[in-house]
Amino acid sequence: MSAALPREPGSAEIAALDAQLQRTWGTGRGLWERLATVDHKIVGRRYVITGFAFFVLAGVLALLMRTQLMKADHELISPDRYNQIFSMHGTTMMFLFAVPIMEAMAVYLVPLMCGTRNISFPRLNAYSYWVYLAGGVMVWIAFLLNVGPETGWFSYVPLAGPEYSAGKRTDFWAQMITFTEVAALAVAVELVATIMKQRAPGMTLARMPLFLWAMLVTSLMVIIAMPAVMLASSFLISDRLIGTHFYNPVEGGDALLWQHLFWFFGHPEVYIIFLPALGMVSSIVITFSRRTIFAYTLMVLALLATGLLAFGLWVHHMFATGLPRLGSSFYTAASMMIAIPSGVQIFSWIATMWDGKPRFQSPLLFVIGFIVIFVLGGLTGVMLAAVPLDLQVHDTYFVVAHFHYVLIGGAVFPLFGAFYYWFPKFTGRMLSERLGRWNFWLFFIGFNVAFFPMHILGLAGMPRRVYTYPSGLGWESLNLLSSLGAFLIGVSVVLFIINVMRSLRVGEPAGDNPWDAPTLEWAMSSPPPPYNFMHVPVVTGREALWQPGPRQVLEGLSPSHREVLCTTALAAEPDIRQPSATPSLWPLWAALATTVWFIGSIFDARAVVWGAFPLAVCLIGWLWPTHPEPFRERSPA
Amino acid sequence: MKHQIVGDVASLPDAAFSHRTLIWWGVLGFILIEGTAFVLAGGSYFFLMNHTTPWPPHRVPPDLLIASCFTALLLLSEIPNVWTDRVAHAERLIPTRIGLAVMTLIGLALIVLRWFEFQHLNIKWDENAYGSIVWALLFLHTVHLLTDWVDTLVLTVFAFIHDLERTHYSDVADNCLYWHFVALAWLPIYGLLYWVPRMLK
Repeated sequence: MSAALPREPGSAEIAALDAQLQRTWGTGRGLWERLATVDHKIVGRRYVITGFAFFVLAGVLALLMRTQLMKADHELISPDRYNQIFSMHGTTMMFLFAVPIMEAMAVYLVPLMCGTRNISFPRLNAYSYWVYLAGGVMVWIAFLLNVGPETGWFSYVPLAGPEYSAGKRTDFWAQMITFTEVAALAVAVELVATIMKQRAPGMTLARMPLFLWAMLVTSLMVIIAMPAVMLASSFLISDRLIGTHFYNPVEGGDALLWQHLFWFFGHPEVYIIFLPALGMVSSIVITFSRRTIFAYTLMVLALLATGLLAFGLWVHHMFATGLPRLGSSFYTAASMMIAIPSGVQIFSWIATMWDGKPRFQSPLLFVIGFIVIFVLGGLTGVMLAAVPLDLQVHDTYFVVAHFHYVLIGGAVFPLFGAFYYWFPKFTGRMLSERLGRWNFWLFFIGFNVAFFPMHILGLAGMPRRVYTYPSGLGWESLNLLSSLGAFLIGVSVVLFIINVMRSLRVGEPAGDNPWDAPTLEWAMSSPPPPYNFMHVPVVTGREALWQPGPRQVLEGLSPSHREVLCTTALAAEPDIRQPSATPSLWPLWAALATTVWFIGSIFDARAVVWGAFPLAVCLIGWLWPTHPEPFRERSPA
Repeated sequence: MKHQIVGDVASLPDAAFSHRTLIWWGVLGFILIEGTAFVLAGGSYFFLMNHTTPWPPHRVPPDLLIASCFTALLLLSEIPNVWTDRVAHAERLIPTRIGLAVMTLIGLALIVLRWFEFQHLNIKWDENAYGSIVWALLFLHTVHLLTDWVDTLVLTVFAFIHDLERTHYSDVADNCLYWHFVALAWLPIYGLLYWVPRMLK
């Protein structure tokens, strides 16, 4: 056993421990090892890159649409292709970019921020990524083969039903939902378990960084919301493939059942995208203001309140369906109420910056851009919560403007800020600040030029999802302006990609903690070693790395096999050492079996039964209990 | 930055039961997910019911006998399930093996009963929305029945060919927890499918 405590480890001891931990936790360079890896950082990085690739693809579709709408009576894209393009744009942005990339950032960051060596269920994590990748690739191949989704990202029935959307297009959409929701739910469960059980000793709930709070609330929301859309899309695909009648009014079904189930998921979905962004914003604001967050407790309560209220307002998407008046009033009130916790957070960030010493570098610029744009989007949100106004502008470009203000402003701006903020940790190199400023200002200006005119176009009556419009309605110049703005955004994103490529090769070395940030992910080298933490960190205050004195750590986790420390859920006291899963190819095989199962069932309903067998075999191989020999040596008899 | 080692966790146990383990939290997460799906599917049943009078449209509810036998056996299965949970917590090998084997056999019997239950719904899924939601609810529950049965079977086989460590006993206990969910989730579905149509008559 070790020498008397407390003590400082010597450099020889550190070097020996590092070598052994590298052997235990490292991922080799061979193909199979890469495919079998369960390192949350490698999986997270893949997730982030894939999510970003889908963002770029969906952005290209947006530019195609803006090119088509640049002038009246434009014949560049056929109506049928245009339907597929706007459906794929929304579907890709919502299901393949926004939710996955937020979870991906969490997959990378949450274990580091908790102070642990891996995510709670590393193999499930690897499986989640493969399933997500398969779903995204499937729907994009379908799109390129002219069988892409065609009924919009929310696929309303009866338009998406068997009668009006013949062929396989909507089936691919519905199965894409199944793929991505399975992936998202798996990550949500991992994150909840990691945050509840693997926080560093001393990181009580009251000391949790706000990003962890945001991810905890988000993951719980995913767990409650996503089953709704899986159920809805399963009903849809069974209506289409095996003749059920869930949405068929002739046989007792109801199209509004789709809308209820979809928006019970769809509205919380907006907050599932938005809450992680709030966590990112808090991290950036604290670090760049050099001050603890103003009103921490209120911030946590605001996150919880947003999470709860988000489930009480799905019907505001359905004001035009003829609801009872009492129902409308209730959902109007709930929709307006959610502005309160959002406002609390915005005032807290402003107060934090006001009272701190803000450094206006790229991450903070994106946060300020977020505040401006999101407040504007929030204001039109409050307007849309009023039924009479909603009915006037329903399905017009006013709504398109509103949700791009809240989604791009509320999620993409913070995400870009987060890229600039955590890129040094991911790669060990800084992004160029000069290119970062160009990236920000082009994005900010381009965004407002692209989307502000849409408010006016919507008020002027331009409906969304039209492939063209006749001349003489006074819509031409604003549409042209909007398209120019969209291209500015495109240029800005290209600059960002150049910045990343360039910085990966010649960026300034980052060091462990280039921003002097307070959270645990900055406690180790950049990029982090495969084992994350050589010793278990002990947290003594809310801003872990800003506490005075030497950093306190615990020893005793095995260096020779994969082990993580579990702490108690509330007080984060050390409780047990748990084995952590070793690399395995089973998650990949299971994901392939899942893919055969889901895609097979599009073409043959019987695949729902036979397709389950290969998956069952893979799951048994994966979950077959292991015999933990090493533990027997260590456990008391 | 200097590090100061202030404690040692090597003496902590390397396995435990219930909420102290990660797996328990994972099982709880999946129970929440699936429970939400059940609640929403049940909500869909009522939503569709509101549009159709009479309910069922052809006035013939599913037959009671097999489903009630299924329900009775499922409730009785809680006795060996609770017992298995207890002997697993006590880390007693032979009783745990017996408990797992009994639960596997009961699961198999329930699956057979479920097969016949599907034959006595008195409606097909493609006849009308009522048929669709009835089949959907029963299908959803059957998926859970099957997955937990396969899980129990795997644990049983493993337990009979290996000695068990605490971590395996903990797996058995978590499997018992999941069975509580499978059993409890059935009761409202049983009420919906078999008693709501009779009460509406």
